[in-house]
Amino acid sequence: MPPLLKCHPGIGPAVTGVALVAKDNFSARYDLDRKAGTFSRPSHALAGQSYKDRILVLDQAKGGVATAWMLHEMAARNVAPLALVLNRVNPILAQGAALAGMTMVDRFESDVTDLIRTGDTVRVDPAAGTVEIVKRDNG
Amino acid sequence: MQLNDEERAMLAGEYGEARRWAIEHQIQVGDFFDAADFVPVSQAHIMADTESLGEAGVAFLERLAALPESERRVRVPTITDPRGLDFAVYKRLGQTDAMAALEARAIAAFRAFGVLMTDTCINYQTILPPVRGEHLAMGDTGVVIYSNSVFGARSNFEGGPSALAAGLTGRTPRYGYHLDAARRPTHRFRVTAAPRDLSEWGALGGIVGRECGSYWTVPLVEGIETPPGSDALKHFGAAMASYGSVALFHMSGVTPEPAECAAAAAAIGRAEIDAFLASYEAKGDKVDVVVFAAPQLSLIEMAEVAEALDGRHVHADTTLLVATSPEIKSAADRMGLTARIEASGAMVAAGICFYQSYAGELAAANGWTRLLTNSAKLTNIIGGYGYKPTLASLARCVDSAVAGRIV
Repeated sequence: MPPLLKCHPGIGPAVTGVALVAKDNFSARYDLDRKAGTFSRPSHALAGQSYKDRILVLDQAKGGVATAWMLHEMAARNVAPLALVLNRVNPILAQGAALAGMTMVDRFESDVTDLIRTGDTVRVDPAAGTVEIVKRDNG
Repeated sequence: MQLNDEERAMLAGEYGEARRWAIEHQIQVGDFFDAADFVPVSQAHIMADTESLGEAGVAFLERLAALPESERRVRVPTITDPRGLDFAVYKRLGQTDAMAALEARAIAAFRAFGVLMTDTCINYQTILPPVRGEHLAMGDTGVVIYSNSVFGARSNFEGGPSALAAGLTGRTPRYGYHLDAARRPTHRFRVTAAPRDLSEWGALGGIVGRECGSYWTVPLVEGIETPPGSDALKHFGAAMASYGSVALFHMSGVTPEPAECAAAAAAIGRAEIDAFLASYEAKGDKVDVVVFAAPQLSLIEMAEVAEALDGRHVHADTTLLVATSPEIKSAADRMGLTARIEASGAMVAAGICFYQSYAGELAAANGWTRLLTNSAKLTNIIGGYGYKPTLASLARCVDSAVAGRIV
């Protein structure tokens, strides 16, 4: 039986994809090259990596309000994460996910960045408030 | 969420598609944060620079703005945060006609909603300061933290879509900083060295913000013996909100809400402030652009910049940009401050705030890398756009702009 992580009910449709995990925070304005679809902030743990179609697993939302529009803009160009999975988000990420129709969940029973590893295939179900690790990455 | 009759009618579309979208969006967010119901708000403030909106965001606004007038007009006074472009200076800055065209479309849409285009992140200094206990839907982190902390008003971070929704419905989901329980301090700091200028107030805010590190933390700051003044608290709060996503602080003897915290106090002194500044230091480097913004400058800051630049010339290989609100720009024009600043070769822009103005494209168009500013908030944001930022006092920023390198 694959591990099933419980979280607070979230926003957006259920999706399955490959995780990109870091013990770092998230802001679309502060951290991303949104044209290239990569993390651009030099000090970010995922600097240089592509987030396109990945399930991002990070710690907290940070910084300003721009992310509320930016997720919608990123999704419209199809250069966006498939889902956002965080320990704790702020209102801006929730508002941005709602406008963009992007899958997002938070509030797990323990630190989600310890529970999921980069490369794992996970299924995020916001309505149920669950994240299932479908396949562990053994590479 | 518990809905009243009017809210149910909005959700059913009886007040038109704009209000139906708005309340549906707000219910999604409210449910996510376990809001019990809605709370009426007296003002909304929309962050909607076109770099964030993109074509998709502008098209979204235009769709709602095309609805019949009775369906699209905001219900409470709704104002705007800085926009992406100042039509008077965009060509000099290296912004494009395509950016200006997108900006014009966004402005036309907001006017159709009945939004007042204030284009400012210092509305608490220049438009209509909040009062204690007033529920608001403010759309700029610096505005939220100042309104909550210094005035004792009540707002969450309301991103552009949610602030527009609040304007259309006249309410917002009751969660977070609308509730007494969320406003109690969770962290305690003791400041042992008073900041000496605005850049150090920003550094102090940045240090507190980094330590807190979450929207759901509330610091209590002790040890500030002299009331800092509005511009100092503006930079302090804006930096804290930027570095930590913090939306409320209490400052003993200064802010209005009683606050007690049993947690052990973390000390912040001269060594911590100096180390923060040193982490961005680049003495001797060529400086490409010097920016006074983030937040926009008050009239008093405009006068200080004019004073520091009098009789001097910005180096030919350096750009000095000052960003303020349209109201303050008019006052600065009338008082001769704009002319004094621009006589040095510096540029004064109104209604923008630099980092919301296509900062990445500006860097590419002008060949900018090294940025110098007295705003800790800007120092924090701008790294993601490819800049190398340095934080220094206003006087040192001006001296460096004149020298063309960081002195």
